[in-house]
Amino acid sequence: MTFACHVDDVPLGEGRVVSIGGRRIALFRAAGGWYALDAACPHMGGPLADGIVCDRAVICPLHDRRYDLETGAALGAGDPVAAHAVQLRGERVFVEVTAPVPVAA
Amino acid sequence: MSDCVVIVGGGIAGQAVCEALRDRDPDVAITLVCGETSAPYDRVRLSEILVSGEDPVTLQLRPAEWYADNDVELLLGRWVTAADPQDGRLTLDDGSQLTFDKLVLATGSQPLMPPISGIDLPGVHPFRGPEDCEAIRAAALGGAKRAAVIGGGLLGLEAARGIAAQGCAVTVVHLLDRLMERQLDAGAAALLAPALAGLDVEIEFERNTTAIIGPERATGLHFKGGDRLLADLVVVSVGIRPELKLAREIGVTCERGIVVDDAMRTNLPGVLAVGECAQHRGLVYGLVAPIHDQARVAAATLTCDEAAYLGSVPSAKLKVAGIDLVCAGEATGEYEAVVTDAAAGIYRKLATRNGRVVGAILLGNTRGSEALVAAVRAGEPIDDPLQALADASLAGPADLPHTAQICDCNGVCKGDLIAAVTDGGCSTPREVMATTRAGTGCGSCRDAVKEIVAVATGGLSDEPTYLCPCRKQTREQLAGRIRDDGLRSVSDVAAACGTGRQCGVCKPALAYLVSEVNANLHQEERDARFINDRVHANIQKDGTFSVVPRMYGGVTTPDELRRIADVADKYEVPLVKVTGGQRLDLLGVRKQDLPDIWRDLGMASGHAYAKAVRTVKTCVGTDFCRFGLGDAIGLGVEMEKLWEGLHTPHKVKSGVSGCPRNCAEATVKDIGCVAVEGGWQVRAGGAAGGNVREADILATVDSRAEALRVATTFLQFYRENADYKERTYDFIPRIGLEKVREIVLGEESGAALRERLRIAKAATKDPWLERDDPYHPRQFSDLDSPESDPDGAQPALVGPPAGGER
Ligand code: SRM
Ligand SMILES: Cc1cc2nc3c(=O)[nH]c(=O)nc-3n(C[C@H](O)[C@H](O)[C@H](O)COP(=O)(O)OP(=O)(O)OC[C@H]3O[C@@H](n4cnc5c(N)ncnc54)[C@H](O)[C@@H]3O)c2cc1C
Ligand code: SF4
Ligand code: FES
Repeated sequence: MTFACHVDDVPLGEGRVVSIGGRRIALFRAAGGWYALDAACPHMGGPLADGIVCDRAVICPLHDRRYDLETGAALGAGDPVAAHAVQLRGERVFVEVTAPVPVAA
Repeated sequence: MSDCVVIVGGGIAGQAVCEALRDRDPDVAITLVCGETSAPYDRVRLSEILVSGEDPVTLQLRPAEWYADNDVELLLGRWVTAADPQDGRLTLDDGSQLTFDKLVLATGSQPLMPPISGIDLPGVHPFRGPEDCEAIRAAALGGAKRAAVIGGGLLGLEAARGIAAQGCAVTVVHLLDRLMERQLDAGAAALLAPALAGLDVEIEFERNTTAIIGPERATGLHFKGGDRLLADLVVVSVGIRPELKLAREIGVTCERGIVVDDAMRTNLPGVLAVGECAQHRGLVYGLVAPIHDQARVAAATLTCDEAAYLGSVPSAKLKVAGIDLVCAGEATGEYEAVVTDAAAGIYRKLATRNGRVVGAILLGNTRGSEALVAAVRAGEPIDDPLQALADASLAGPADLPHTAQICDCNGVCKGDLIAAVTDGGCSTPREVMATTRAGTGCGSCRDAVKEIVAVATGGLSDEPTYLCPCRKQTREQLAGRIRDDGLRSVSDVAAACGTGRQCGVCKPALAYLVSEVNANLHQEERDARFINDRVHANIQKDGTFSVVPRMYGGVTTPDELRRIADVADKYEVPLVKVTGGQRLDLLGVRKQDLPDIWRDLGMASGHAYAKAVRTVKTCVGTDFCRFGLGDAIGLGVEMEKLWEGLHTPHKVKSGVSGCPRNCAEATVKDIGCVAVEGGWQVRAGGAAGGNVREADILATVDSRAEALRVATTFLQFYRENADYKERTYDFIPRIGLEKVREIVLGEESGAALRERLRIAKAATKDPWLERDDPYHPRQFSDLDSPESDPDGAQPALVGPPAGGER
């Protein structure tokens, strides 16, 4: 688990990018909890951290693909995005970057 | 009471009972005996681990501390060999003994290994535990030439996909002529096979494996009929067998599983059973969902409370990346509604019996699965399954308004697509794309087009325009609600009627509605806004932004131009361009530079990124033009200043021309004024974008002041009555020009509209001022761009290479 930020660093309902071990991770503070996905949308690299978050999913701002924040699964069309474990310890947010770096098929 | 409960089996079930019991009773002594050496873990996620190679410890349901914190005694790698419920003693494989008042059997199941020759050869594995997972993965990576998976059920397919992901050739051999026969009907199964083939998973049907060929290690399979398949890695996934050894020895009644009643009690007093080992009302579930319900009931029974488990409706999700499949309940019903598009691999079905939902299968597009599975679980009554299917695709284009643009490249609205099917006689996505040209550009909308066509051809009738399709709320209903209940924020609305909670697609629409009804005295919630409206710039394809400052009426000054030039230099802006809206665009700007750029520019936002009043193009008019009949620049600048900062259902672009030559293209603008002999013509509803439409004439008036008044009144009328993302060129035809004129030109109605606009305008302010007064300290910065963090947080924010902690 790697320290990512403090709770207040991310506005409620939004996402922000953090680098962990050189990897760009989009960290989300959803109503339902904290989630982490790879920062780039598998479709065309859209910035997922800038997407609208709702119903445990994020909508990519570029072409509206939706991804499950917990699993990274694409809801509807498209490839999934890597999801990572997040842990809240008091006011501090930790991320475990586990999923392997996806290799383009 | 302070009993002592022993739970046999540390799987998901054992753990679930443990937690449910501790929740109810802080004092009861709990001992959890785990046959496996690892603490309770999430077996379900083994499929993932097979693909990713992640360390199985990440599967642990609870960290080691948890057991101490909740004083649960955890015995790892201990097998219960005997137990005597009468005198409350049990024996472990190491000979030691435990006493108990109550016993819970959560012994789960073992993989079924068919008694065929060669089943115990090296190279043959079940797929049940982490050790199997590791063995299979190692073999697949370690140069196995071909893997064979016996069994084309959910598990077998996940195993096969995991093997293929390691770059190892794999063939699934299935006894029947279609996959996942327990969960799928023939239609879905027929689409699933090719989808798997696309993921390098070969499938052979009607293969009855009679033997695994040796001699020293597995080298292949032998099928009934004599055929063979060479394979040096064999995974057996033909089912599970409840683990009943202990139960039988104790004298607990067992059939296929340990027989329990609705309270999860076995025939022996004080002995319960939960999970995959339990048989309830004749059913043994191989799924997790029922376990948690059973565990809660068991915990109640253990603490002597009343509770009943009434059975579960099975539901499953194929955890194979690249294939979306969710199914629940019965695969077939008495009546079945199916929306399918074989070409796109989409198959969505609802099965009903006696007017109730009994089953759902969603393949290729699982949108709305939550709602549908819930409906199946509840056996909800339903009158129009086809409609239900359509409604379910929550975020789906299927429930966007007809005016919504689906293909931005070719400006095709959803209505055009439906029309192509209903009027144009198209029946396939390809035909529709050919006639409408939707999806022939960047192609990012093709899936959306396919689904809309699938639904349209599936016989879906015209649905009303819902602002929130999830909750079937129209703009009118919501506006009324917001007004009557005095709702001030998007979350107020969500709390009041659930709208905005689901797919989220309607959040920006709600954000607008809340601001409009509250005359901009609403409570702003940025998370409901599209990124453009969170940072007041237009996001570009590479994630950078464009900055378009206001140039009222397209008029600028040397000083403004100098500042723009300086900013372009200072921030190394990749492209400075004159836009089609008579102003300058700085493209390719980094998000964190926005506030500084705005400060240096010292100009107001042009709202080029927002659904708001955009530009007012003007021509030089009487100031210089030899034909000028009216002061185009004067009126244009006045309009833009008066309307500046007002948000609108969709963008509003205006133009003012000094004469009918119309150099400012005012007749194809959302709102346009054209100077004519003796006065001004005020027009609205024009377009020269994806659609081209000549603006309707609202009125011809004799003074510039009157022209401004009429145009302004129309703007407010549009703000209050258009659907979100409904441009004026769709709005006016929908309402009807006569009705629009009546209200906009009406003495009282017009005055009222103007008064409301005045109030709304009073509450606006230049969003670019957030450069000094941000909505949030990190409004413009990422966690790893601390240099731009207003409160100067240090690079400390960037984590050290994974693992390390601070
Ligand atoms: C910058 C500009 C092109 C240029 O370099 O000139 C432009 C750029 C974009 N236009 Fe435009 N439009 C621009 C003038 C126009 C015009 C001409 C005008 O405004 O007089 C039109 C035709 C009039 C109209 O709006 O219909 C125009 C019709 C569109 C349309 C089609 C609208 C329609 O309903 O037909 C879209 C797509 C949409 O709105 O969904 C669009 C969308 C876009 C977007 C916002 C696409 C997007 O969502 O990212 C482009 C943003 C580029 C960027 O990254 O900044 N743009 N666009 C112009 C900015 C004008 C300004 O100063 O604000
Ligand atoms: C790869 C895989 C993927 C799956 N995917 C899904 C899915 O997507 N969705 C879903 O709903 N379900 C899925 N399942 C099924 C789900 O995992 C099981 O239904 C669930 O784990 C069963 O839990 P359980 O605790 O009842 O049994 P088990 O997990 O088998 O736990 C029983 C435990 O009891 C121990 N035990 C048995 N006898 C004794 C004894 N005498 N003394 C001590 N200990 C004993 C065993 O060692 C075992 O650890 C999947 C299963 C697998 C293998
Ligand atoms: S519209 Fe054209 S012709 Fe008329 S005043 Fe303007 S520039 Fe001159
Ligand atoms: S880049 Fe994310 S949807 Fe296109």
